[in-house]
Amino acid sequence: MTSTPVAARPRVRTARTRGSAAQRDRAVGYLMVAPQVLGTVAFVIVPLVTVAWYSLHEWNVLAGTFVFSGADNYERMLADPGLRDSLVASLWFSVGLVVLNVTLALLLAVLLDQKLPGTTTFRTFFFSPVVVSLVAWTIVWGFLLQDDGGINGFLASVGVEGPNWLRSGPTAMLAVIVVQVFKNVGLNMILFLAALQSVPEEVQEAARIDGAGAWRRFRSITLPLISPTVLLVSILTVVGSLEVFAQIDVLTGGGPGNSTTVLVYYLYQQAFRFNEFGYASAISVLLFVIVLALTLIQWRTRKRWVHDEV
Amino acid sequence: MRSDVTSAPVAGPATDPPALAGPPPAVGDVPAARRRRRPRAVRGLLVALLVVLSVPFVFPTWWMATSSLKPMSEILRIPPTLWPHEVSWDAYADVFALQPFAQQYWNSLYIAALVTAGTILVASLAGYAFARISFPGANALFVLVLVGMLVPAEVTIVPLFRMVNALGLVDTHWPLIVVPIFGAPSVLATFIMRQFFLGLPRELEEAGRMDGLGRWGIFWRIAFPLARPAVAAVAIFTFLKSWNLYLEPIVYLSSRENFTLPQALTQYVDAYGGPMWNVQLAATTLTVIPVLAVFLVAQRQFVQGLAHSGLKG
Repeated sequence: MTSTPVAARPRVRTARTRGSAAQRDRAVGYLMVAPQVLGTVAFVIVPLVTVAWYSLHEWNVLAGTFVFSGADNYERMLADPGLRDSLVASLWFSVGLVVLNVTLALLLAVLLDQKLPGTTTFRTFFFSPVVVSLVAWTIVWGFLLQDDGGINGFLASVGVEGPNWLRSGPTAMLAVIVVQVFKNVGLNMILFLAALQSVPEEVQEAARIDGAGAWRRFRSITLPLISPTVLLVSILTVVGSLEVFAQIDVLTGGGPGNSTTVLVYYLYQQAFRFNEFGYASAISVLLFVIVLALTLIQWRTRKRWVHDEV
Repeated sequence: MRSDVTSAPVAGPATDPPALAGPPPAVGDVPAARRRRRPRAVRGLLVALLVVLSVPFVFPTWWMATSSLKPMSEILRIPPTLWPHEVSWDAYADVFALQPFAQQYWNSLYIAALVTAGTILVASLAGYAFARISFPGANALFVLVLVGMLVPAEVTIVPLFRMVNALGLVDTHWPLIVVPIFGAPSVLATFIMRQFFLGLPRELEEAGRMDGLGRWGIFWRIAFPLARPAVAAVAIFTFLKSWNLYLEPIVYLSSRENFTLPQALTQYVDAYGGPMWNVQLAATTLTVIPVLAVFLVAQRQFVQGLAHSGLKG
């Protein structure tokens, strides 16, 4: 912007009217943020406060009871084997998902970064499940994983008798994890690919000249350079994994037994199957605390990383 | 010159999805380090590996579409048939005969469209004001809004159900439309729009001011039209999120003609509660194929838009 004398005239005029203009501007500002702010208050803040309030009550919708009961629900949580099992199931699910998802995402990203023929097509393949509806994806995998479904069918045609994947504890959990991994790994792959492509090639080249092999270069140069992204993606994947619901509901219904009843599914059952709204609210609070803790860790690592950058 | 993936941040000029890429590639000295070509055999092996790895991503969709065309006698046959020996469209007829599937399709479509349009409006207004207008309490309000990103939908489902119930809106589409537009799901959109407007050069707006535009005029005539890339990203992930919503519909809706697609898909069961595979797969195919088709056409926008939402967590 050149400050020629011509430009001076309008500026004088704005200076004279600044008072009211600024006021009007402020009013417009409030108006513009109002829908989002009021919506957040109504649909996030208020429910968050009320869920904490509900958690202090004995509240069964069917029985029509709503009685203040202090910390009873929380004491019940401590003694509830069902809740403990659901936490264990969530832990298995999250750990399995993060390990498989991050490993596969890295592998795919590295392969796509090799400038091989057909890279664009493969990227499309790996990413496509991300846009497919979760329930649709899960239904198709459920069909594949049935006792008499496609996977066991193909196994049988080569003379192998496959297990009943969804009806035995360990394989059911594995199935739920794998279905989720293939559904969303494309997203992490893209994030890793962006990180890989920001690794300067000269560094790689220098190491190559020094005689470092491909694996060595990956371990000692690429991985450390993209480690902030790996960490960030891992935490985001853990947080996301806590919200797994549809796959469980469609694929296993929490079973067999309660082997795939993760925390969110347990919460859903308590609230909408057993009508235990008070107890479900206490579980909601627990879920929120866990997510909050993970998010704070994520922010901290993010900050540290940004700091490293500078 | 590296590939075209997401090294350029999506939401326009100077966004900082604070993570993603590491240090920006040095500008001056690119061509010196041209990657050495691997031997043919190694490259062949790597491509073969990619082909094998593609199977679990691509085969389910293939299996879904082909199985939906198989008659019941063939659908579970061993050895499985990769292509239906005998094409039967019966399952597709059943999809519409057993449930008001067209109505359910329309429900999902119009709900997702309304949520997308509403979210774009709410989020661009709020994002613009948070980025550009200084008013007392702006920071506090922004932090308040960001709380929405911290709260998973499952945490507030009980009080929200209670609220919806008290308002007599159970088994209506209102909660599936209004809550996402104004509540937690739109906060990420607001965040992305704010990032975009922060990076928009102020000079563009100064010009509008010189021409006598007020704040609204500047927003509608200058800033919002320039925000197309950010709006596209928001539109894509908002639409898909609404289209895929599962927990909320099964909590709020109870009658078949009100169901949305993900919920309807699970309803094709026989008298014993076992899934009617061919019908279920036919219905699933009908929901998946249009979205996949749009994805193939607008792949770049999809990848960028969803990479953004992936950053949320």
